[in-house]
Amino acid sequence: MPNNNALTLNAVNSFYGDSHILQDVSFNVTEGRVLALLGRNGAGKTTCMNTIAGLMKPRSGHVSVFGRSIEGATPEAICHSGIALVPQGRRIFKSLSVTENLVVAKRRPTPSGRVVWDVEDIFKVFPRLEERRSHPAGRLSGGEQQMLAIGRALMTNPLILLMDEPTEGLAPQIVAEVGRIIGQLRELGLSIVLVEQHTNFALRLADDVVIISTGEIVARGTAADLIQDSSLLNNHLGVH
Amino acid sequence: MFWITGLFNSLAFAAVLFLLAAGFSLIFGLMRVANLTHGAFFMLGGYLATSAIGAGFWIAIVAAGAGCALLGGLVQHLLVQRLAGRELAQVLGTLGLSFIVADQCLLIWSGDPISLAPPAFLQGAARLGMFAFPLYRLFLIVVAAFVAIALWLVVERTTLGAKIRAAVDDREMARATGIPVSRLFTVVFCLGSALAGIGGALAAPVLSVYPGLDTEMLPLALLVVILGGIGSLAGALIGSVLIGIIYTFGQILLPDLSYVILFLPMVIVLAVRPEGLLGRQAA
Ligand SMILES: Nc1ncnc2c1ncn2[C@@H]1O[C@H](COP(=O)(O)OP(=O)(O)OP(=O)(O)O)[C@@H](O)[C@H]1O
Ligand SMILES: [Mg+2]
Repeated sequence: MPNNNALTLNAVNSFYGDSHILQDVSFNVTEGRVLALLGRNGAGKTTCMNTIAGLMKPRSGHVSVFGRSIEGATPEAICHSGIALVPQGRRIFKSLSVTENLVVAKRRPTPSGRVVWDVEDIFKVFPRLEERRSHPAGRLSGGEQQMLAIGRALMTNPLILLMDEPTEGLAPQIVAEVGRIIGQLRELGLSIVLVEQHTNFALRLADDVVIISTGEIVARGTAADLIQDSSLLNNHLGVH
Repeated sequence: MFWITGLFNSLAFAAVLFLLAAGFSLIFGLMRVANLTHGAFFMLGGYLATSAIGAGFWIAIVAAGAGCALLGGLVQHLLVQRLAGRELAQVLGTLGLSFIVADQCLLIWSGDPISLAPPAFLQGAARLGMFAFPLYRLFLIVVAAFVAIALWLVVERTTLGAKIRAAVDDREMARATGIPVSRLFTVVFCLGSALAGIGGALAAPVLSVYPGLDTEMLPLALLVVILGGIGSLAGALIGSVLIGIIYTFGQILLPDLSYVILFLPMVIVLAVRPEGLLGRQAA
């Protein structure tokens, strides 16, 4: 089937206590494509990612993975269904070694049809991590921690990768490396949701774009469309 | 002479404390639950062993551990899990449960202290020059050392241990990484409860078992964990030795002030290093 939906959000509403953050958020991620989720600080991007990953429960609405609803599923079950989160702020397991951070995420058996990752595969993609394999992860540099967070997510053999500001606070050459890796993962067939503050970086990598503002989706289109029509970007994101 | 014997007795008591506190510390570190049934499990382990002693000493110890593991699993599954994230409810719930357990023990085993005979080959003493060390206390020290090493290997050197540590570091992310955190919690809870029960059973030949043993031991376990640092095995070990020494010598030298000299170091450590001697700094 062409244009398979990997991930679908349908009228999702999420709250922090009484404050209504996500308001009827709906979008699709097409299998094998990169969707950039853009928006200003506090727009609700992380809330959206955490809701998909099951770290918070939506009060209403549906999330489905390859057509199967993950309503009420635990974060563990959502991970097993093929979603992996590279969270904002990296959140690697600081007191574990680099290798341990990867090993704890490993899961066998994996349903067929997935790219299967092993520690050695991760080290091939991120040679720096191999050099630091027995270091405590908390002592890595920001860039290395980001690579580890990506590697850890890959170890779960995901179909869909949620990346929440993977370039935040990184030096330009590391940002470029992260971009290269996102491209490689897309080539492998992973579907990716990329949250970014660096609009240009995101537009270069993305196939599709949705823009969120105070918890509502205010614009959507292909990356090519948005590059053509920069008024949307200027209105909703401010000039970068 | 006095000091050597006192030190030896301190270490034997520290061994018992470690068996009690190691599980308490792991449970506290992993689940952020101060499991106040832990003292009751210690006492229950002692009682179970006195009832099972007819089948032999070793079987009595295993029965105490297995009984407490089972009960611990139930407590985690039926009570603690359901109160997830509600610390006060967990503290009150486990405290209430510990009263219930203590009351049932009183009903079943009556109010008189019951002691437990150590196996024949551990009776008597090892002589070293002018000193005589009771064999059973030596045995306690060896067992605790063995348990410490085994626990350390499991926690630091196995994937299971790494998953536990990952869940201690960041529970949410551990779950999002597919780690079955609540199953790990149950495993740790059972293990910790089993250790408490085994501790109570092994301590019975020295301390005997009596009503109130639970409430005597629980504050000591709290002290050990707060001194050593929550969730740290090495901390529990060092804390046990310190409290063992302070408790033993305090009772001999300054019986009137024994609580002061027990809690004073804790207050000082908390004032200077709130995370405990070997605790992790808050992130
Ligand atoms: N734990 C929380 N409790 C209450 N409100 C929160 C909490 N976390 C976030 N918020 C609020 O929810 C809104 C959306 O936050 P969110 O973190 O999803 O934004 P974001 O788009 O990811 O921003 P950033 O670009 O800064 O990461 C913000 O207004 C924020 O203040
Ligand atoms: Mg965010």
